[in-house]
Amino acid sequence: MANTQAMCTSFKGEILAGIHALGTTVIRAGTGADTLKAALYLTSATVNAATTAYSATGEVSGSGYSAGGITITNATAPTTSGTTGYWTPSASFTYTSVTLTTAFDAVLVYNSTQSNKAISVHTFGSQTITAGTFTLTMPTSDATNALIRIA
Amino acid sequence: MIVTTTKGDMDDSLLNKKEGTIDNDNENTTWVEYYLNGELVHRSAHVSLKKPLVSISEVGGFNG
Repeated sequence: MANTQAMCTSFKGEILAGIHALGTTVIRAGTGADTLKAALYLTSATVNAATTAYSATGEVSGSGYSAGGITITNATAPTTSGTTGYWTPSASFTYTSVTLTTAFDAVLVYNSTQSNKAISVHTFGSQTITAGTFTLTMPTSDATNALIRIA
Repeated sequence: MIVTTTKGDMDDSLLNKKEGTIDNDNENTTWVEYYLNGELVHRSAHVSLKKPLVSISEVGGFNG
């Protein structure tokens, strides 16, 4: 046998599940998963790795779209495979019957339960929607394709 | 097929339809537009992202 320096794979999955608190943490209301949301941002906005929380600045607006975006379906807990921890929402992000005439190209995933703290930003080609539906299809939730991975 | 438009629900036989696809390293996107007398009355888009976000983890050693 030999010892090997490594980040424990279980820790990667448990980070995503909020098991470890290496700094000052929060008092949680329960043991359930937090409520996550997905908000769309205009091409003129600036959402990126430096974004710390949801903001209405630069967010899309239009008929059928509520500020703050949609609630993400999160029925599948984070898990690990190989040496990768990963998580993917369990349903596509669907904005139904909206009119968004100003071009947008990003979605911010954020934690509504924890003061709207930011999780991730995903960009795509510029879009507008007219009396229609905008859908972001989720990738396969595995160690190679999941939406968020800690490798 | 009935299409939701800015003019209300309409049969697609009354509309001109345009479709398109964007396929690159980042995404596969399909979109559909319907026009009534040259006016855009419906546009939907469906985006599948190809590049998941990956955070690489590392641990430090004590031999520095």
